[in-house]
Amino acid sequence: MSGFDIDNVALLARLRLEGAERERLGKDLETIIRYIDQLDQLDTARVEPTSHVIPIQNVLREDEETRPFASSDYLNMAPSEKRNHYEVPKII
Amino acid sequence: MKYETVIGLEVHTQMKTRTKIFCACSTEFGRTANENTCPICLGMPGVLPVLNKRALELAVRACLATHCTINPLSRFDRKNYFYPDLPKGYQISQFSLPIGEYGHIDLPANGNSRRIGLRRIHMEEDAGKLIHGENLGQPDKSYVDFNRTGIPLIEIVSEPDLRSPEEARDYLNRLKSILQYAGVSDCDMEKGSLRCDANISLRPVGQKEFGIRTELKNLNSFKFVQKAIEIEVQRQTRILDQGDRVVQETRLYDADRNETFSMRSKEEAHDYRYFPEPDLVPVVVEATWLEEIRRSIPELPDQKRERFVRDYQIPEYDAEVLTSSRALADYYEQSVSLGAGAKTASNWIMGELLRELNNDERDIESCPVAPAALAEMVQLVENGTLSGKMAKTVFEEMYRTGKPAKQIVADQGLIQISDRTAIEKMIDEIIAANPGQTEEYRAGKVKLMAFFVGQTMKASKGKANPQIVNEVLKEKLG
Repeated sequence: MSGFDIDNVALLARLRLEGAERERLGKDLETIIRYIDQLDQLDTARVEPTSHVIPIQNVLREDEETRPFASSDYLNMAPSEKRNHYEVPKII
Repeated sequence: MKYETVIGLEVHTQMKTRTKIFCACSTEFGRTANENTCPICLGMPGVLPVLNKRALELAVRACLATHCTINPLSRFDRKNYFYPDLPKGYQISQFSLPIGEYGHIDLPANGNSRRIGLRRIHMEEDAGKLIHGENLGQPDKSYVDFNRTGIPLIEIVSEPDLRSPEEARDYLNRLKSILQYAGVSDCDMEKGSLRCDANISLRPVGQKEFGIRTELKNLNSFKFVQKAIEIEVQRQTRILDQGDRVVQETRLYDADRNETFSMRSKEEAHDYRYFPEPDLVPVVVEATWLEEIRRSIPELPDQKRERFVRDYQIPEYDAEVLTSSRALADYYEQSVSLGAGAKTASNWIMGELLRELNNDERDIESCPVAPAALAEMVQLVENGTLSGKMAKTVFEEMYRTGKPAKQIVADQGLIQISDRTAIEKMIDEIIAANPGQTEEYRAGKVKLMAFFVGQTMKASKGKANPQIVNEVLKEKLG
């Protein structure tokens, strides 16, 4: 893969990478992508695209409500909550 | 220079299910924040989303009702982006194999219909709702409610076939009515169950290539859609007239200032990195099920309009207005089946009834005059008990008080005088009392007829049957 840009990936993932960490992760990811890119050498012109690894389809559920836990169970796990809302840094 | 406006709309609508698209949480509106959540829609590690059968069925209905081809195999993809309203870090959507494609909607316009192409319809999950800063808590925080996360949506993408802001609004009205008829969605904009984005560009009249477009986001009422597009067209016209280029970008509409403004800054280069969703298996709509769904779709607006013209012998225009919503069409059919004449009922509904409802900003569903009550009143007009003018008074009273027509007629002594002898007697007296006018009329001043009609109506307190009054006057004045 040409033009791999660790900074762009970090931006899309909302991660701040600096110094040695940026260097190390950039190298790791490049190695991973080179490894995956070996697949490009195969001729897949006559291979059906795989939508799913297991050959099954139409796993559906009925439109029926269940409630496994109370909402407070999840809110209590959050680092910060207010009036039943999850509190996060201001995003606008 | 003269430009042609080119508009494509993307409509997100909530499908009418009891539970979310991939989990068993309720979709009920107006619950406490985060009450309708579970590990699946909160994106906890290790959970497995499973497609709601009803949601799939409704998506197929929407496709069939808009003449889309159902893809033999459809699947879900992950659309990756990070935002706090999306707990998984991706939205489950459909990218390369949507449920339906290549549909159309016909917009009736003064007898000629315009066909608007639909590029695709795909299923996806909604994101959560963000409340910013001091609206709920501290100014430097945002607050997330995940009740909407995982609400089943379809996105309906039109071809860039729309040519004016009014046409865009007509398209939305049509689409809304089709989705409501087919039972896919309530399309209630106030509850967020219908949202619209618009792609807008201009090109010199006669040019084939499209101009550079902007995308207007989150237009949350039909009125705003039209206004926002109008204002954006004006903005782009000014730019092009100055010889400048339109910048391709996403813009938001500010209804208070009636202007659009740029939403995103330069770093927002979208890269959703779609890939097939490994947690969900492909969807194949089997032929037998497809046929079952097809048969379950009720009569749609176009079919109903044609049937109204054919069976009730009413004009195309009447049929168009009456079938604009399923509820209104049902109201009309009930009134007629309860004895109202087809055309008379249509006139009353399109005239007085819709005018009153519009004044009150009410829907036909909450109309204080029931179809049976309207039918009774229409019959009183048709059998001559009430004149058209008296009926208007009666109708206003019915609308205001909810009382039946017969009771109002009895209370106010409103029965029309159709007794010929009684009317003749009145007219004899009027002629006797106005010898001067009578002479002038007989000498050729026929305009005085209005005077005599007026006198008769006055004498009868407006109750004399106007047709008989005219007949008798012509006879006697001769």
